[in-house]
Amino acid sequence: MADSPKLVNLTVDGKPVSAPAGTLLIEACKNTGIEVPSFCYYPNLSLQGACRMCLVRVEKMPKLQTACTTGIAEGMVVVTDSDEIRQARKSMVEMLLGNHPLDCPVCDAGGECELQDMTFSYGAAESKFIELKQHRDEQQWSPVVYFDRPRCILCYRCVRVCGEGMDVWALGVDNRGAVSTIVPNQKDHLECEECGMCIDICPVGALTSGAYRYKTRPWEMKHVGTTCTHCADGCKTTLGVRRAETGMEIVRGDNRDKSGINGDFLCIKGRYGFDFCNNEDRLTQPLVRRGGRLVPATWEEAFEVIGKRFKSIVDREGGRAIGVIGSTRTTNEENYLLQKFARLLLGTNNIDHHRTADFPAFVAAIHGKSNATATMRDVYNAPAILLIGNDPTDEHPLLAWQIRNNVRLHNARLYIVNSRPIKLRRQATSFTQVPSEIDFTTFLGGDESRGSNVAREGWNTLREKLRAEQGLVIIFGSEIFGQGIQALAKFAASVPGAKLVCLGDYANSRGAADMGLYPDLLPGYSPISSAAKLHQEWKTLPEAPGMNIPQMFEAAKTGQLKALYVIGANPVGRLNILHSGLNNTFLVVQDMFLTETAALAEVVLPAANAYEKAGTFTNTCGDIQILKKAGDVTTTKPDFEMIVRIADAMGFDVHKLVPFGHGVHADMGQSRGAQSGEADQHSVWLEANGLEPKVSPFDPMAILDEIQRLVPGYDVSRLELMAGNDQHTSIAAMGSGSVQSPELIVPAKNNLFTSGTLGRYSRALNSVIENKDPEPAEEVSAD
Amino acid sequence: MAELVSHPDEVRVVAKRFGKGATNIDRYLELDGYKAVRKALGMQPDAIINEVKNSGLRGRGGAGFNTGLKWSFVPKQSAKPKYILCNGDESEPGTCKDRLIFEEDPHSVIEGVIIAGLAVGASSGYIYIRGEYRYLLEIMQKAIADAYAKGFLGKNIFGSGRDFEVYWHGGAGAYEVGEESALMESLEGKRGVPRIRPPFPAVVGLWGGPTVINNAETLASVPPIILGGAEWFANLGTPKNGGTRLFCLSGHVNKPGVYELPMGYNLKKMIYEVGGGIPNGRKLKAVVPGGSSCPLLTSEEIDLPMDFDTLMKAGSMLGSGGVVMVDDSTCMVKFALRIMKFYQHESCGWCIPCREGTDWLMKTLTRFHSGGGIRKDIDNIQYLSENMLGRTFCPLGDAAALPTISIVKKFRKEFEDHLEGRPCPFEKKGAVERLPVFA
Amino acid sequence: MRFSDQFEARFTEMLTHYPTKRSVLVPTLLYAQDEAGFLSDEVITEIAGRLDLTELDVRNVISYYSMLTTKPRGKFNVQVCRNISCLLRGADELIEHCEKKLGIAHKGTTPDGLFSFEEVECIGACSWAPAAQVNYDFHENLTAEKMDRILDEYRTKVQ
Ligand SMILES: Cc1cc2nc3c(=O)[nH]c(=O)nc-3n(C[C@H](O)[C@H](O)[C@H](O)COP(=O)(O)O)c2cc1C
Ligand code: SF4
Ligand code: FES
Repeated sequence: MADSPKLVNLTVDGKPVSAPAGTLLIEACKNTGIEVPSFCYYPNLSLQGACRMCLVRVEKMPKLQTACTTGIAEGMVVVTDSDEIRQARKSMVEMLLGNHPLDCPVCDAGGECELQDMTFSYGAAESKFIELKQHRDEQQWSPVVYFDRPRCILCYRCVRVCGEGMDVWALGVDNRGAVSTIVPNQKDHLECEECGMCIDICPVGALTSGAYRYKTRPWEMKHVGTTCTHCADGCKTTLGVRRAETGMEIVRGDNRDKSGINGDFLCIKGRYGFDFCNNEDRLTQPLVRRGGRLVPATWEEAFEVIGKRFKSIVDREGGRAIGVIGSTRTTNEENYLLQKFARLLLGTNNIDHHRTADFPAFVAAIHGKSNATATMRDVYNAPAILLIGNDPTDEHPLLAWQIRNNVRLHNARLYIVNSRPIKLRRQATSFTQVPSEIDFTTFLGGDESRGSNVAREGWNTLREKLRAEQGLVIIFGSEIFGQGIQALAKFAASVPGAKLVCLGDYANSRGAADMGLYPDLLPGYSPISSAAKLHQEWKTLPEAPGMNIPQMFEAAKTGQLKALYVIGANPVGRLNILHSGLNNTFLVVQDMFLTETAALAEVVLPAANAYEKAGTFTNTCGDIQILKKAGDVTTTKPDFEMIVRIADAMGFDVHKLVPFGHGVHADMGQSRGAQSGEADQHSVWLEANGLEPKVSPFDPMAILDEIQRLVPGYDVSRLELMAGNDQHTSIAAMGSGSVQSPELIVPAKNNLFTSGTLGRYSRALNSVIENKDPEPAEEVSAD
Repeated sequence: MAELVSHPDEVRVVAKRFGKGATNIDRYLELDGYKAVRKALGMQPDAIINEVKNSGLRGRGGAGFNTGLKWSFVPKQSAKPKYILCNGDESEPGTCKDRLIFEEDPHSVIEGVIIAGLAVGASSGYIYIRGEYRYLLEIMQKAIADAYAKGFLGKNIFGSGRDFEVYWHGGAGAYEVGEESALMESLEGKRGVPRIRPPFPAVVGLWGGPTVINNAETLASVPPIILGGAEWFANLGTPKNGGTRLFCLSGHVNKPGVYELPMGYNLKKMIYEVGGGIPNGRKLKAVVPGGSSCPLLTSEEIDLPMDFDTLMKAGSMLGSGGVVMVDDSTCMVKFALRIMKFYQHESCGWCIPCREGTDWLMKTLTRFHSGGGIRKDIDNIQYLSENMLGRTFCPLGDAAALPTISIVKKFRKEFEDHLEGRPCPFEKKGAVERLPVFA
Repeated sequence: MRFSDQFEARFTEMLTHYPTKRSVLVPTLLYAQDEAGFLSDEVITEIAGRLDLTELDVRNVISYYSMLTTKPRGKFNVQVCRNISCLLRGADELIEHCEKKLGIAHKGTTPDGLFSFEEVECIGACSWAPAAQVNYDFHENLTAEKMDRILDEYRTKVQ
């Protein structure tokens, strides 16, 4: 640890204040609960001193000083509120209002506008001016970004967040003086990453989003903070929801409260990509195949069909005749429940998921080492980062943000090794282009035969530099697997304090892996034979490893696999599997859309998505976070409930699956007995947070209890988790992992604007893609 | 090309080579050129700084800061290179003196830059000349090339073992760029938006290196100080206001022109004796004592010595040497409007009070002058100006507010005479005003 | 995009004057404009490319400086000062005269593309007011008659 900076003592409004040397006056005031207003000041962006709202009086200074640019000094005496100061601020607001349209009633920002708030606080109600306001038409800069010039107060936050924060530099300032204006990089439109940071950072309604504008008034929404369902980084997103005919409709995504691991960051997917929820192609009714066609059915009918078929197959041929494919976008609880369903009730290890990273090899490589993995927060604070493979700007936007801003704000050293010249090299201390990342990692691990002679020279120097780093965070993408991970872990062990991050692709692909969606690994990567705790708990566990996805499809073709149960996955569409092989397999699919896989099913169940349920996600770093229910399509069900209902329809005792309703021990209290008062509080608290108390078989928290009890490394503080804080799970504390065949890893290859099936159904994402790359108009054939 | 004038009261220090062909380097050498820098090469840096400090030379760019003191703020040790930056952006309305220096005596500026460099330990200097002065830039380019050719610049200057580079740099039309920190931004190829201070340029300036920024006239005054000594220079002026300065007489005056007069020269005398009084038998109504940023003085307030401290005490400023006479046929509302148009046009737009304040003041004054004024406008003009004053990011806001406040205060009656739809009492054919277009 | 040899020589030399490439931007733009007449998209792309800047950066700088323009204008740009010293000595009348004589207003260009007209802020000729610049040439102590002569001279220059 570096020496903590010296404390400086000053007096603000008569109160003694102390803060570390180097703190800005505005921050020192804020930390003491004294609010100094500002438009242009924004933490972690360069200082402007442009809006002059933060003027305060500093003793011995002839003029009012801007608190946003003044560093604190020992003995400083500051007044932040006086008639003179109020008048100064009032006049700033008056001058701004001189040309600012008073269209607040129809402005998207009305009700959450900093200019409104400031006008209210400083009472610039009476208009001093009789000059006409200069009107200018609103401009559309991209499918998601609109600009209303007269509303702009020129705080330059958008310009800075786009440039400094995003390293995109798509916004600038044209002209000077009163006609200064924010402009996009392509004269009349934007060419950028469409992250929408500029919109959410805008203190007024000058920049508005194509996804939200004119949809609702902010006070008509309920705001629910949950975890994003797109990439594996785990941003917190706050969803604004509003009642709709079908339930609760999500109308806005942002993270303006800056909580969560992502602070104020969100990429386009986190901010606007929620709209797949509202897509009209969404399945809203169970479908059952009758006479070769999928036709609507009631839930009861659907569950009955599934229950009967599954049961008869198990009864006749045993669980081995059924395969189960889980999802990288369902919750930990659902994934855990699904494998429990397969193993305990069906009695099979035929369970798998779409793998995008070699987590089993990762766990094997760092097994038993404490502090071997880095959190997403570590990536922002580490003094040095080694990034091997992947293009985080495209595939892991938050990770890229953390890296960029760590370099910018903390001068972190970034070492990049990649086979492509990725954009993050602009922040890099060193960029090494390699023919293959795996060669490089094995070299790092000591296999000096790798790479060409020339390359090795450079690699050597780099290795020495890396070894000299304290607290190095090593991040690697799916280019590294198996032996490569072993080699990298070996190298990491030689660097004091080094930590690792293994990058997977979907929102909960890490959770799917941790929860044991593998044919040969139980939850926590325990080989089937070695999980004593689980064996004890569950009593009966199938001994033989099950089939992986390709094997399942192979078995289906040969008629050995009689049924396939797919949740939230589209193997036919995404993994290039030939669908003809499924002709004789009873296929059940739970999904939001009629995907290529769902279209082949005997029964399709309309599923809720991650924004519509409670549970937890584990991001690619291993940080676990809570999901809260925001949207709701009342005619769909969460996968959790559907699994339980199928178990029920098969005639199983669902208490075996979900320990609900009696005497479950949780660290938040017990639901019966001496501590029942606590349990009641627990229930109240859960309910208040939109979660279901543990009195129903559909309570994911009951399964979370079990996960925390049985999956090593998941024993994080429940209180912190419930409070919405991220908690780091420890993969190194888990089982011993296994060697997997690298062919099973299929990277998602999502970029900033794609997100697998979800992306296909997101209008916002598609509009951006089309706008960037307009397809040539299709030829219309004459009919 | 600019016409030269003269008056017996003149004391020519900076202007001593004007009209003598000193753009020619050999001619410059004959006229004591590059003697000061040779002398300075033999002096300790601190000795140079002290000499300049004691001479009472104060910045001729407008603020009047003691030049030697400013140089002393430059850290002795610096990891980054140090720079001298000559401010030749001259754009303050009423000011046209640096132009004469560049035109008549460019080498004196180069010499000043080198001496400043020796004093603070810099080894390169930039001479920034406003874009409109293209012919002066060409004169300067030639002067620099000639100095290089003679070995006065470059490696081992004057055989001293020291190196010094001087570069020319041209602007492209922006008053605000004359502000020292905006000047650096402009030189670095950016928009002329000022920088946050602290850090001050003396510590963190051009490309992050410590930088001394001085007006061209300030720098041209340095060689004479080194040659003639601090005491001689100081004694030319009044206490704390050493030397002479170039006063640019313009407006309603019989003999407009640039005159070099001792600091502390009486303003009334300057107008009536040096400038030959007010033309056409008119009476003096007001004087802009140092460029358009300064509060105006009425004809009753002009019996005072022209030095920084006296003008400050009189509620105005000595500014940049532009003395503009305004006679009694002039409408002060129109004059105020004219000034505000300038600042509105030149505001960089960075900060709210200047950007919005100048715009609203200009619009209000335009309407007011063209007969659409209402009583509350007068107070509003005052209110807006007072609320800009001291609260803007850089002094341009003050420069717009100060003259306006002084005009409303001192000539309020003229504003009242415009009220109730009355035509401008001074306008012969009614108001002709157009809103400016900024492309 | 081709500039004159002189431009190229100066550009190459200027790059050696500064620690950053970008520093040459403002004077370079003005020299480029002198050759091309105005800063077209093509010029902007070229200069941005040479200096490793985005076109947005270059445009933002251009729009800040009042001498730089992205629109074509006449061969001779007549710029009459409208600031205080000139105002006091008849700038209004001079401007009106020019507008009448040229038949164009502020920022206008004559149909033959010969003249543009612009009211400008103080050009540093206060003691010789009223004053104007035609392109870079100063003309001082102006009267309507003197202005007429000057404009006629420019007109005959092209013939
Ligand atoms: C808006 C504004 C414009 C200025 N313009 C000029 C200018 O054109 N020339 C100049 O020398 N100083 C100008 N200054 C003053 C400079 O900021 C700076 O103080 C001066 O160059 C320092 O040199 P000096 O100490 O030799 O006067 C201006 C200041 C402001 C606030
Ligand atoms: S006062 Fe503000 S807007 Fe005006 S020129 Fe200075 S920084 Fe720019
Ligand atoms: S006022 Fe016209 S040149 Fe200065």
